[in-house]
Amino acid sequence: MTSTTEPTEPLSVEQLSATTLLRFATAGSVDDGKSTLVGRLLHDSKSILTDQLEAVERASASRGQDTPDLALLTDGLRAEREQGITIDVAYRYFATARRRFILADTPGHVQYTRNMVTGASTADLAVVLVDARNGVIEQTRRHAAVAALLRVPHVVLAVNKMDLVEYKESVFAAIAEEFTAYASELGVPEITAIPISALAGDNVVDASANMDWYGGPTVLEHLETVPVSHDLAHCHARLPVQYVIRPQTAEHPDYRGYAGQIAAGTFRVGESVTVLPSGRTTKVAGIDLLGKPVDIAWTPQSVTLLLEDDIDISRGDLLVPSKDAPPTTQDVEATVCHVADEPLTVGHRVLLKHGTRTVKAIVKDIPSRLTLDDLSLHPHPGRLVANDIGRVKIRTAEPLPLDAYADSRRTGAFILIDPADGTTLTAGMVGESFAAPQPVKDDSDDDGWDF
Amino acid sequence: MTTVASVSEETESSPYALSHLDALESEAVHIFREVAGEFERPVILFSGGKDSIVMLHLALKAFAPAAVPFTLLHVDTGHNFPEVLDYRDRTVEQHGLRLHVASVQDYIDRGALRERPDGTRNPLQTLPLTEKIQSERFDAVFGGGRRDEEKARAKERVFSLRDEFSQWDPRRQRPELWQLYNGRHAPGEHVRVFPLSNWTELDVWQYIAREGIELPDIYFAHEREVFQRSNMWLTAGEWGGPKDGETVEKRLVRYRTVGDMSCTGAVDSDATTLDAVITEIAASRLTERGATRADDKMSEAAMEDRKREGYF
Repeated sequence: MTSTTEPTEPLSVEQLSATTLLRFATAGSVDDGKSTLVGRLLHDSKSILTDQLEAVERASASRGQDTPDLALLTDGLRAEREQGITIDVAYRYFATARRRFILADTPGHVQYTRNMVTGASTADLAVVLVDARNGVIEQTRRHAAVAALLRVPHVVLAVNKMDLVEYKESVFAAIAEEFTAYASELGVPEITAIPISALAGDNVVDASANMDWYGGPTVLEHLETVPVSHDLAHCHARLPVQYVIRPQTAEHPDYRGYAGQIAAGTFRVGESVTVLPSGRTTKVAGIDLLGKPVDIAWTPQSVTLLLEDDIDISRGDLLVPSKDAPPTTQDVEATVCHVADEPLTVGHRVLLKHGTRTVKAIVKDIPSRLTLDDLSLHPHPGRLVANDIGRVKIRTAEPLPLDAYADSRRTGAFILIDPADGTTLTAGMVGESFAAPQPVKDDSDDDGWDF
Repeated sequence: MTTVASVSEETESSPYALSHLDALESEAVHIFREVAGEFERPVILFSGGKDSIVMLHLALKAFAPAAVPFTLLHVDTGHNFPEVLDYRDRTVEQHGLRLHVASVQDYIDRGALRERPDGTRNPLQTLPLTEKIQSERFDAVFGGGRRDEEKARAKERVFSLRDEFSQWDPRRQRPELWQLYNGRHAPGEHVRVFPLSNWTELDVWQYIAREGIELPDIYFAHEREVFQRSNMWLTAGEWGGPKDGETVEKRLVRYRTVGDMSCTGAVDSDATTLDAVITEIAASRLTERGATRADDKMSEAAMEDRKREGYF
């Protein structure tokens, strides 16, 4: 893997187009060395360019800082620079020979839980940082809980500042064990703990010479090799219809295609499909993959389905395999993260957007609020304010085909919108908050930390 | 390390893993279709620059075999490269599209805008753009902006709400979760939509190469009469250069971005093919805006200030 750590050699055109894409999120604070870690990943993958670095150096110098403050790379808003804080999710982009990365860099403090939730909502992997001197603290548990709630498939625990604990295996092992036990209990399916020093460069891009006892991957090696596609055979296939394509031209007088991005699973020509919520059934006659006819298509491809029968289908409908249709319901129980400054209250009339369908809804009950630091429940809080996590019961004006978020991140998710001014109020996940506790596995079917 | 190796084999052999270009293409198509499904009068900002060309290509694919359900809008600064205008008109013709033009020159001629002392017309585009959006009642305006371009754009949403004055308030942005875009807006407000948010310059070029998309010639190395200003090679011409003390010379150059002639610089290059351009960009140590845009060097927050006022 030395090629990935060689920043001076440009990649060939073939190499560049054969890479996959990994979306990941980082959670932690400046104190944990998050900026240093992100800065090192960007710098060592040659993603910070000379003019950007010069601009950061100028800005840092004008603030009286000796070393370039890499946070200034994307803390680009005037308010952020003036206050020296990150107020929003910053998206950063870098690439190695094997992968393209989209990093959602989120501030770690409790008042920014909504940003962490936003970043984690589309992430395949989350990096949680801890300071080796402090170990697992309240903030670490909150970050683990957000990753578990949002069902991020892969979690990396980066135990940072190993240089300040004399690179001791025992310190790392204790932290890794405590975190893994906690996160596994919340249902995080895969946890990889890596001992690093972001400042000294140990195990970030290059393997550390100071920790012979560790035989696992560096952070970048893990990011480059972690699987991005899942076992689709066990996924429910779902296609929210976005748009009906009807050219009505001499060349295509009868073409009627249902366009959408496959939210989960696979669709095949010849398969029986059901339209929800109407329940009508037909078969897939053809699949257009952006101009190319295919026999099979899978998530997250954008496709156009052609169906055998001419039935009434419009934007907002959900196409599913007939043998695997979710129930439709007007009563939604969900875990939510409130993201707006105005609170969410019982009796609130809202719009609910699920897939491509937006319906009227009312908040019937807020049974509990959850404290992420210790997972304690506060019954009937009456309202949820910005950054609160809670359970809600919602009644919708029309039936919706809902999956449990645990089964399908895209078709188990929804947002609530204020009908008056269009504000995005709340992010919702259908079903139970956390996965059932799993027995801690000790066999080698995960790529754990075999140090 | 054995466990790691097995994971990597799994990744590469998975038949369901999309290449990064396929993933970005699918995401952009999804965004175009969401807008087609939720808005009444969307328009694509089309300048004949590479990002807007890629946007149009994606829109054509998203709705094929039907026509693109959007019109195009060009904010014409009056200082355009003739090759690019030519490309624009041929493209509109070829796909049977409707083109709206908002002309900065018209505004200057009737005294509604005044020429700046530095001759740069980029900041002057905001007013004609805003007024055209209002008069045509566009409710969704597609822009080719990418988050990797500039730090103020790094925090831009895919769906970005603008008030009736086209203003952007970064503190009032809506969180964007999953792929659930919120396009709600009041009458008079509109939404700027950025389908290429997650693309980098290199992605755009790789996609152009993969799809065989035609570009204006000025993106490839050619001989041109240029002069140096603010460390950039500007094209000599009627728009206002060279001035006293600036000398014209013939150089082998290409354009990395295409905008107003007064503030868009060429770079020294011998890249005459797409592959050569991609290799050149992959090895470049400067961002495209850093290398070629005078207007972004004005201040630390130049882009944020323009964006707040309604710039793309």
